[in-house]
Amino acid sequence: MPESFAFAPQYASIPHRDHTAELGMWVFIATEVLLFGGLILTYFVYRHAFPEDFAEGSRRTEIVIGTANTAVLLTSSFLVAWAVEIFSPDTARIVTWLLVGAACLGLAFIVLKGIEYSKEYDEHLVPGVDFQFAGSRASGVQLFFIFYFIATAIHALHMLIGICLLITLATICRTAPTTRHQTALRSGALYWHFVDAIWIFLFALIYLPGRSSS
Amino acid sequence: MTQWRPPLPLVGAWLGLLALLALTVTLAYVPLGTGNSVVALSIGTIKAGLVAAIFMELRHRSGLTLIFAGAGLFWLGILLWLGLMDFMTRT
Repeated sequence: MPESFAFAPQYASIPHRDHTAELGMWVFIATEVLLFGGLILTYFVYRHAFPEDFAEGSRRTEIVIGTANTAVLLTSSFLVAWAVEIFSPDTARIVTWLLVGAACLGLAFIVLKGIEYSKEYDEHLVPGVDFQFAGSRASGVQLFFIFYFIATAIHALHMLIGICLLITLATICRTAPTTRHQTALRSGALYWHFVDAIWIFLFALIYLPGRSSS
Repeated sequence: MTQWRPPLPLVGAWLGLLALLALTVTLAYVPLGTGNSVVALSIGTIKAGLVAAIFMELRHRSGLTLIFAGAGLFWLGILLWLGLMDFMTRT
């Protein structure tokens, strides 16, 4: 693969530059782990305080959409990993289409999320806007939905940024790819896989509790 | 020309992740008491591990990269451990 023509003076070589870029992405991911970690900590604290209410809130979420979205996201991650593996000047067209496919699956995720939000709005489950819940568990269920909306909205924002990133990478990879583009693709892919990994945990915490009881 | 084909480990990880998703949704409907959340989080951890090891290529990395990747988890561990110690042990 053609090497890009230059690298900044702090690097000893092109592999050094690429390795540093990868480490930088992992540092960024560590800060993101702590952002979502704080959210998950509050989830555990409130779930411990209101276990029945959280199970009740969880049963009101759309598990079919949640499961479909998990499958969509896992598949898009697979396409991105595939693109990274086969990246070379000969496969530029296929890499581009794989990235476009992954971005389309990301958009499908956002659309499904929107359908889910509108259903929850119709059922008066949006705290601060129109929350109505009959029975003694109303306040705990409201706490659950506050977590639900904040966590999924922050995740959806990450998805939107990721989709823009994938489209940009697809555009770059169409033209003659160099090692520099490969490094950009690897970094972008790490971010996309990380957003996927976060969703895996959000899915387990939001959609699955309380399904076996009523 | 075979270079565009996805490597087998990637296909295996993808199918494995979808199978684990089906398993975790099925098990959520089986009454296990507190075991339900243990199962859900354990399967979630296995899925995230597969993503990290195969999609994020950590199985091919060593040394500094693993330390950088592990640092976030280490700090997360401190956050959750100290943050939850009181709630988990209070009677």
